[in-house]
Amino acid sequence: MIELIAQNPILAALIALVGLSIVFGGLLGFAAEKFKVEGDPIVEQLDELLPQTQCGQCGFPGCRPYAESIANGDDINKCPPGGQSTINAIANLLDVPAPELDAEHGEESEVKTVAYIREDECIGCTKCIQACPVDAILGAAKLMHTVIADECTGCDLCVEPCPVDCIDMLPVEETIADWKWSIPAKPGQMIATDRRGEVSPAVRNEDAA
Amino acid sequence: MSRTWVTPGGVHPPENKHQSVTQPIGQLPIPEKLIIPLSQHIGAPAIPCVEMGQQVLKGQVIAQAAGMVSIPMHAPSSGTISAIEHRPIAHASGMLAPCIEITTDGADTWIEHEGISDYEHISPRKLIEMVGNAGISGMGGAGFPSAVKLNPGRQRPIDTLIVNATECEPYITADDSAIRERAGEIVEGIKILSAILDHPHHIMIGIEDNKPEAIEALAPHVEGTGISVVVFPTKYPSGGEKQLIYILTGRELPAGKLPADEGMVCINIGTTYAIKRAVIDGEPLISRVTTVTGDAVGTPRNYDTLIGTPVRHLLEHNQFNEQAGGRVVMGGPMMGFTLPSADVPIVKTTNCILAPSYAEIPDDEPAQPCIRCGMCAEACPVSLLPQQLFWYAQAQEHDRLEAHNLFDCIECGACSYVCPSNIPLVQYYRAAKGEIRQAREEKVKSDHARDRFEFHKERIEQAEREKEAKRAARREATQQAKADHLAATANGTAVPSAAPSAPATAAPAGAVPSSSAADIIAAAQARAAAKQASPEDQRAKLERTIASAEQRLKMAEEKLAEAINDDSGKQDKLSAAVENTRQKLEQSKSKLAELAE
Repeated sequence: MIELIAQNPILAALIALVGLSIVFGGLLGFAAEKFKVEGDPIVEQLDELLPQTQCGQCGFPGCRPYAESIANGDDINKCPPGGQSTINAIANLLDVPAPELDAEHGEESEVKTVAYIREDECIGCTKCIQACPVDAILGAAKLMHTVIADECTGCDLCVEPCPVDCIDMLPVEETIADWKWSIPAKPGQMIATDRRGEVSPAVRNEDAA
Repeated sequence: MSRTWVTPGGVHPPENKHQSVTQPIGQLPIPEKLIIPLSQHIGAPAIPCVEMGQQVLKGQVIAQAAGMVSIPMHAPSSGTISAIEHRPIAHASGMLAPCIEITTDGADTWIEHEGISDYEHISPRKLIEMVGNAGISGMGGAGFPSAVKLNPGRQRPIDTLIVNATECEPYITADDSAIRERAGEIVEGIKILSAILDHPHHIMIGIEDNKPEAIEALAPHVEGTGISVVVFPTKYPSGGEKQLIYILTGRELPAGKLPADEGMVCINIGTTYAIKRAVIDGEPLISRVTTVTGDAVGTPRNYDTLIGTPVRHLLEHNQFNEQAGGRVVMGGPMMGFTLPSADVPIVKTTNCILAPSYAEIPDDEPAQPCIRCGMCAEACPVSLLPQQLFWYAQAQEHDRLEAHNLFDCIECGACSYVCPSNIPLVQYYRAAKGEIRQAREEKVKSDHARDRFEFHKERIEQAEREKEAKRAARREATQQAKADHLAATANGTAVPSAAPSAPATAAPAGAVPSSSAADIIAAAQARAAAKQASPEDQRAKLERTIASAEQRLKMAEEKLAEAINDDSGKQDKLSAAVENTRQKLEQSKSKLAELAE
């Protein structure tokens, strides 16, 4: 057998190559199993950036499904609760230009809101409890319900199912503890006509003339 | 004299301290109303323990500490509690915060109190408790509860006690005049601190060389006590905790570390006086020395002010000229803030009320673009890059701001002071810090929401799985029953519960659980049969049904009549309901008749 191989260089080369490919194939297969990446890391990162409101305004049932969809090439501007800052962060992560928020999915609101149940009007139907994505509503059938304000993400998914319209979305009031200074006006913008991009057409015409 | 080190940066703004030290510390008449905010310190707000209309004595506890990092509040004078509500307080936001208002009776009657003189023979724990119960928080500016600062439980023993008498901010002379008049008591307070901290090796009073009278006043009292008075050149901001530690010891405190981590305690000199009063005289912290100064007041001077005194009261007794100065600043010109109104009360951290004239501190010049001159970087006492931070703050690049150590900024205002373009740099840093803190909080909240959402999903899925399993079991059971029935008819035996022999002929799917399912069904059938077997029970049940149906019918008819009267458009529905009930009633009646036969 050995003699046959030694006398037959083509056969020898063939055997060597096949042997090598089997060894490396095995190695690669083992590595693929051993160092397998659980899930898609980019989905995790995208999910981290999304605001976790779980409101479904993007058209997906929750933030994670939308993150998965973005990873598969969906638009990144479908998240109104996150607003422009989230879009910018995602654009930064994916290294793509940051588009404006898609108005089709809603508008970015200035103030954060939480749901509030007008308790004397609540009939105890549990419909809002079933709608709440984060289990932030407490109550039982035929008993009054109430929202745990600290757990509410302000997704307003509970408002629509309420048969007696007793749920309001109230703005979260600012307290001394979470008050913060605001950014001052940019320097060098005291003179109206110096403001770039804000000059009215009339002023520009005068300049030209 | 011991060696001192020189901090980087710093500025030399006009001191303007001489105006307010010409007169000794004054006393004001007791104001008609005292307003005590529940949060005058870092940590949880105190919890009120008095009621509306309650009589309180001077020094009585009116609000208790809420947890470890908190301090109690005491009545600064005797009187009646006239309000517990939200009031404007000394805060840059101009927002309201919970306060207790005391209408004073003018008698100024003390509650019974007693101090101790032999503090050397009392355990540090007891002394710390006394400091805590006296409601003492840092009086230099931040307002950190002193008892927490002094509490043991740290990893390393304290080898250095630093008393901060720097008072580097222009205009303010509260500490200066307190040292001049109360040096003995202050040194007594330092000795108590030394006893609490188990006699640290080094005890230093850090003081700038622009207070020669104060240094002279301290000299005789510290002689032979091991306390050294370290004098160093005046420069703003030398009074920052980290700056002072560096100046006195040459040790730089790492970012995010407390002095206690490095075996040091740094305490304001005003606080040492309060500690002396608390331990030796048994008096809680109910007054402090506050400077009232600026060109818009008649005689700039220092007052021993009751906590809770409205700023207006101070100004009125000092011929405040509202025409000359438009604004009232709490704190100094570098780090203070304009008060939203003169009705806010003096708190434990208020060292100065500054009412400058327009000429003295003019309104801010409009900011010009940054010219990258780099003067701010030279002035920064923490060696940051203020202009770089400014650009990042404008662009809201939070990662870069943190990478450039924005959170090490002490907001001293030296960069804004030297900026030739008048850019309010500190405002940008404050805003950026606020935004980053908010973003961090939101991150925590969103992570929490994600966990809850995932749990919610898991819960729904599990409920779904359980339902599905039940459904499958039922389906199998029906199939099994059918198969059994078929087998039974084929065998000619009419016993449905001949389960054990059935599996062989049963449907191939799920042959194992089928026998038990068949048993259940058989049992249920047996129960039903047993029920039917007793006609007495059945009659009783039917009678009950009839009675309740009659009642329902009556009510429904009444409602229908009402609806017809009101003409509310519900008649159709209601009449259908009445008809329905009537039918049910008749059905039950006929059944009963059958049974009777």
